[in-house]
Amino acid sequence: MNLRARAMSLFLLGFVRLLTGAQARWHGCPPKAEQRIYFANHQSHADLVLIWAALPQELRSITRPIAARDYWTASSFKRWITSEVFNAVYVDRERRGDEDPLQPLINALESGDSLILFPEGTRGHEEDPQAFKSGLYNLAKRFPDVVLVPAWIHNVQRVMPKGEVVPVPVLCSVTFGEPLALGAEEPRTAFLTRAREAVMALRNV
Amino acid sequence: MTAFLRSLGPEQQVSLLFVLLFGLLLLATGVGVLLSLRERQSTDEPVSGRVQRLQDYQALLRNSWAMALVFWIGWALGEHVAIVLFGLISFFVLREFISLSPTRRGDHRSLVLAFFIVLPLQYALVWTERFNLFTVFIPVYVFLAVPVVSALGNDPQRFLERNAKLQWGIMVCVYGMSHVPALMLLNFPSFVGKNAFVVFFLVLVVQTCMLVQHIAARGLQCPVAPAISASFHWRSWAWGLLAGGLLGALLSGITPFKPLPAMGMALVACAAGSLGHLVMKAIKRDRGVTNWGADGRSVTGASGLLDRVDALCFAAPVFFHSVRWTFNL
Repeated sequence: MNLRARAMSLFLLGFVRLLTGAQARWHGCPPKAEQRIYFANHQSHADLVLIWAALPQELRSITRPIAARDYWTASSFKRWITSEVFNAVYVDRERRGDEDPLQPLINALESGDSLILFPEGTRGHEEDPQAFKSGLYNLAKRFPDVVLVPAWIHNVQRVMPKGEVVPVPVLCSVTFGEPLALGAEEPRTAFLTRAREAVMALRNV
Repeated sequence: MTAFLRSLGPEQQVSLLFVLLFGLLLLATGVGVLLSLRERQSTDEPVSGRVQRLQDYQALLRNSWAMALVFWIGWALGEHVAIVLFGLISFFVLREFISLSPTRRGDHRSLVLAFFIVLPLQYALVWTERFNLFTVFIPVYVFLAVPVVSALGNDPQRFLERNAKLQWGIMVCVYGMSHVPALMLLNFPSFVGKNAFVVFFLVLVVQTCMLVQHIAARGLQCPVAPAISASFHWRSWAWGLLAGGLLGALLSGITPFKPLPAMGMALVACAAGSLGHLVMKAIKRDRGVTNWGADGRSVTGASGLLDRVDALCFAAPVFFHSVRWTFNL
């Protein structure tokens, strides 16, 4: 990380903490430097920054968020901040040719990084998260040793609702739950439902 | 002793106050360190209760250090830095209040108004000592401005309720809190440069009242309003007021007041503070939380900033007004 990126990351951390507190609550597992996939509900662009800020410094450097390539590479600033500051993995939202859209994630996991995943795919507007897409299942099946940690991001939609530009200070927290494991013969839909319920269960702890 | 104190200049008197304060904190920290050393030696006995108490004690100590440091920085760097510090406290406290009051998407602009326009403006009014505008700015002008912005948000659902919550938050967290630094700018005749003592007097008297009230409530049965506070009794309340009033009279030497008026002022501040604390408890019960702060942390017993300063938020405006009114400042 070069000097400018480091300064930006410090500034962002301070800013996010001032506005939201960015509190992490480790409920089902301790913060630990093992290879993990954190999967969470998705309601706002700030989700990514919040979960990134809530992780301890040691984990932040080995955990990479996922960013939609079309949105986050649209301008040079967006590209710089996602690649240099967040060290994000870009994915295509639409399938191009016969390349597996999960390939960048598979590469990242093979090189030993942890990932932050929003399995809903897009931002939701309802209280409950939308149905999970199958990417989480495919990764879990391919990398059985990676620990799957559900997370609930609380309150962040109040900080900056869609269409507003000025964020408002509201305390937010990220609750990390008990790791989930894919059963040996577990079908895809059953696993995805179970994962979604694990995320939603963290709302009330 | 008093002759020695009188021989000191105002600067030296305040310095002495801080030397005493930090000395006490240092002593308390030393005791904490000794206790934690003893804890390590006896690992085989069941100590979870003691460990918990020790952690509570250390958390309280950290808090006191932080508060004392804030006061010291405020004094050492001048009144204007103190205004900024209290402004920051207002910001954090309002953030806690808003986090636990559900708002809707239509409230976003009113929240922006509250945090980024009303709050800085109120403290700017303190900074520039425009006390006439400072006392009416929020109750008169913001009272209208907030619902106007909310109405333009085009969302009628629970409109009155949402606005009332926001207005309340601004009144308690911004209006109330801003009266503490305002005390430093009052021009008491023949008390120049020592207004920090008035702030210290207010904080100490109110906190003592709260502490004595809390201790006196132990063992008492049948609280006045059990659904709101299990620890509020008229008898313990009276003990708290008595302690606050007596301390006020004793401390009159460091204030511009004579002993009897000092006691009166202390009583007014303590009554406002302790009753305000009760009101804040009612709001917390309504929200279903035991204390402010990041929700869920309440489970662990750690509490928010607002729990510690709410009595002050209610005591400060009443104290400020009665002092100004009584002494024609």
